[in-house]
Amino acid sequence: MGSHAHDSHDHGHAHHEEHHHEENFVSKYIFSHDHKMIGKQFLMTAVFMGLVAMMLSILFRIQLAWPGESSDFLNLFLGDRWAPKGILDQNMYLGLVTIHGTIMVFFLLTGGLSGTFSNILIPLQLGARDMASGFLNMLSYWFFFISSVLMLISLFVETGPAMAGWTVYPPLSALPKAVPGSGLGMTLWLFSMAIFIAGSLIGSLNYIVTVLNLRTKGMTMTRMPLTIWAFFVTAILGVLSFPVLLSAALLLIMDRLAGTSFYLSDIIVGDEMLSNHGGSPILFQHLFWFLGHPEVYIVLLPALGLSSEIIATNARKPIFGYKAMIGSILAIGFLSFIVWGHHMFITGMNPFLGSVFVFTTLLIAIPSAVKVFNYITTLWKGSLVFTPAMLFAIGLVSTFITGGVTGIILADSALDIAIHDTYFVVAHFHIVMGMSAVLGMFAGVYHWFPKMYGRMLNTRLGYVHFWITIIGAYGVFFPMHFVGLAGAPRRYYDYSVQRLR
Amino acid sequence: MGKLGILLVIVLGAIAVAQLVRVYEHSLKLKKTGEHDINDRDNNLNAWLMLLFMIFQFGGFIYLMLAYGWTGRGPSASLEGEETDWLLNLNFVIIIAIFFLTNFLLFYFSYKYVRKPGVRATYFPHNNKLEMIWTVVPACVLAVIIILGLRSWNNLTSPSGDGAVVIELYSKQFDWTARYAGEDNVLGKYDYKLTTGTNELGILTAKTIEDAIVEREKKVNAINKLLSNADTVLSDSLVEAQEFTLSHNERILRSLYQLKQNHNKEVDKNAEDDIIVKGTLVLCVGQEYEFNFRSMDVIHSAYFPHFRAQINTVPGMTTRTKFTPSITTAEMREIKNDPKFKYVLMCNKICGKAHYKMKMDIEVLSKAEYAAWLAGKKKETFKLKYGIAPAEGGDDMAKEDGSNSGEDMPAEDATGEAAPIKKEDEI
Repeated sequence: MGSHAHDSHDHGHAHHEEHHHEENFVSKYIFSHDHKMIGKQFLMTAVFMGLVAMMLSILFRIQLAWPGESSDFLNLFLGDRWAPKGILDQNMYLGLVTIHGTIMVFFLLTGGLSGTFSNILIPLQLGARDMASGFLNMLSYWFFFISSVLMLISLFVETGPAMAGWTVYPPLSALPKAVPGSGLGMTLWLFSMAIFIAGSLIGSLNYIVTVLNLRTKGMTMTRMPLTIWAFFVTAILGVLSFPVLLSAALLLIMDRLAGTSFYLSDIIVGDEMLSNHGGSPILFQHLFWFLGHPEVYIVLLPALGLSSEIIATNARKPIFGYKAMIGSILAIGFLSFIVWGHHMFITGMNPFLGSVFVFTTLLIAIPSAVKVFNYITTLWKGSLVFTPAMLFAIGLVSTFITGGVTGIILADSALDIAIHDTYFVVAHFHIVMGMSAVLGMFAGVYHWFPKMYGRMLNTRLGYVHFWITIIGAYGVFFPMHFVGLAGAPRRYYDYSVQRLR
Repeated sequence: MGKLGILLVIVLGAIAVAQLVRVYEHSLKLKKTGEHDINDRDNNLNAWLMLLFMIFQFGGFIYLMLAYGWTGRGPSASLEGEETDWLLNLNFVIIIAIFFLTNFLLFYFSYKYVRKPGVRATYFPHNNKLEMIWTVVPACVLAVIIILGLRSWNNLTSPSGDGAVVIELYSKQFDWTARYAGEDNVLGKYDYKLTTGTNELGILTAKTIEDAIVEREKKVNAINKLLSNADTVLSDSLVEAQEFTLSHNERILRSLYQLKQNHNKEVDKNAEDDIIVKGTLVLCVGQEYEFNFRSMDVIHSAYFPHFRAQINTVPGMTTRTKFTPSITTAEMREIKNDPKFKYVLMCNKICGKAHYKMKMDIEVLSKAEYAAWLAGKKKETFKLKYGIAPAEGGDDMAKEDGSNSGEDMPAEDATGEAAPIKKEDEI
């Protein structure tokens, strides 16, 4: 203790004085340059956003559970406009679904996982004093914060939030006449995402620079913890793919506000014949999924990195096949850029192009299998200590398997035709992307909480938390596979209705 | 408030559990047991729970499998779908094997290698042979899946045979319209700018061009009249808006003139024998169909769950798919033991408020029944239907400025389908 204090005293002696004066409340807790504080800010914001998105899902799940029945407390939350007489409005249903998806994918899983743990762990595990640029790091958080606020504001707009699904495919998202949420709500969505992307880019660049330049003596690239490898590859994915979404969003903003025809062609909507001609809605899907698929791994890789560390620690063994783990992270990262078309098998794109995407997509199963077997072998003949973090990490491996294998079905274009956009897809990505990433995030929080806040989380509550979570997760999403196989489309407001009449 | 009550009970229950655990923790603290060391009892308990959870997971899966099966929608009603189902079953066998194997290993190892006094973890950082095995084996399995999958994909997306009957399905918020290609089995050409109240699908013939031009000219004249009328006083913003609408309409009018100039009357006959059908899509068993898809407004997706077919409908371009119905509706009713069963075409891409109601019934008839139905439709070719009431387009003109309204049209088509939605929208 004494020597430690002495060290740090020696270290920054020259700046000690002015540093001391700067540490007021605002610079310490709000506009902080300290990576640990920024990590905590990301965590808190993301958890709050996650809670909001969870509430939204409960609201629309109530409609699905009791279709057409009045639940008067919906009126309490949504008011007369969006839940007249306690029955959820059809448009608002789509709005809730859209914002739930957007917040969960971008704000909870991207901001919460990569933002939190890259910030906290990269300098600590590399032996760096802080991020390469503390100021940019702060900026990255505040961009994230502003975009979160904008996204929340869009929920309170008169015409409602964006209602075109979290993938915001035009023309639906471009035409306020097609759905009211495509008015101001959609504009806010796009601006929020643009700011989110800017923040995420700043953060990612910072992570990459820090990992490449600020490693301590002796910390070669091949000695880095797997967490850092995961964050590093995640940051690279983010830098390469997010700008594409930004361009997609900008073109969509142009179509909406400046009357261009990037995505619009030969459309009659409401009572208006648009003169847009020559655009292609499919173009947006290509651009969107060029981000969208790497995004899945932007969400997953940090979780897998955290669990590598946690499983190894609590099995009292080094992770099995360290080099193979790095190789598989890199392989997944590389492959994730050439598989986006598997979201678009039935858009009418050239079937040959579809075949190429089938091939590349199924290749991802190989590095994923390597990772799973390496985790399992790490457990083999270990001396397992079931801290809550360990439980969550094992839960992650289980959901990664369960959700991963159904990906094989969806990647097979011939089968995708029959189950595309059904609940099978919903079940698949909620288990493999949603649950795995969330369990990884919980594992990380339980494991590093003492490092973040200087106190332990209650172990037994952690146990209760884990077992309720994993049983609930399987209980909710397992049956969804069967609903989807039976042919239930997603984003339906009411399944009991036969026809429009 | 019953449902809110349930939610409250769940939340309060969770809080109660949390409080109980806290009390327990505090009592342990009094006993001076380390709060944060994982004691053997807890550790072993969790190991057992791992095993129990595995049983829950496998049991739940087997139960769901037995209760619903993986083709809960019954047998495939198309020849192409049978191949899909076969491939789906094969893939399921493979992934279920992987699911059981890996989850078993994961949870069993978690149970078996729990910390035991005196037992140390084995140092086993890597083994090239093992790693090679689980790179190569999945790769081989995937090779099989890829080859079989691509074979089916090629079959499913290849052009349909010469005998295939061509049908166009036209989607808009929120219904479907079918257009049978008629006797020549060639669909008439179309242009979205020709869409009017009487020509909903924008079918291209010399006459429809003429009608669309007349209608558009009326609109342009009306605005011109409004703007040049010295008696009416318009605010600047209103003038601006009207001028914008005017230039927009003139632009469309110009391209209509162009269309007229380039029109080749030879193609009209393709359109004239087309038959437009709403409400129920009628198909013939054993007949291969080539479906073309168009969309008026946003992206929809034509999903035929029973036929295992699906394709998006995209504004500005045509998409296609094909299938051959193999079971008639009557036969399927017997198989399903449900006298009310109907095949259905659903929209499966989020498209707005009534997305969930955007469906079209499909009826698969035997050859004889189908021939009889088709004979009944002879009088409903586009030529006859459109020729009968050529002037109707003019009536629409009187209404506001939107004779081409997507939402107005169905209201006039006796079905009245979309009309109620519009009302709700305005509220």
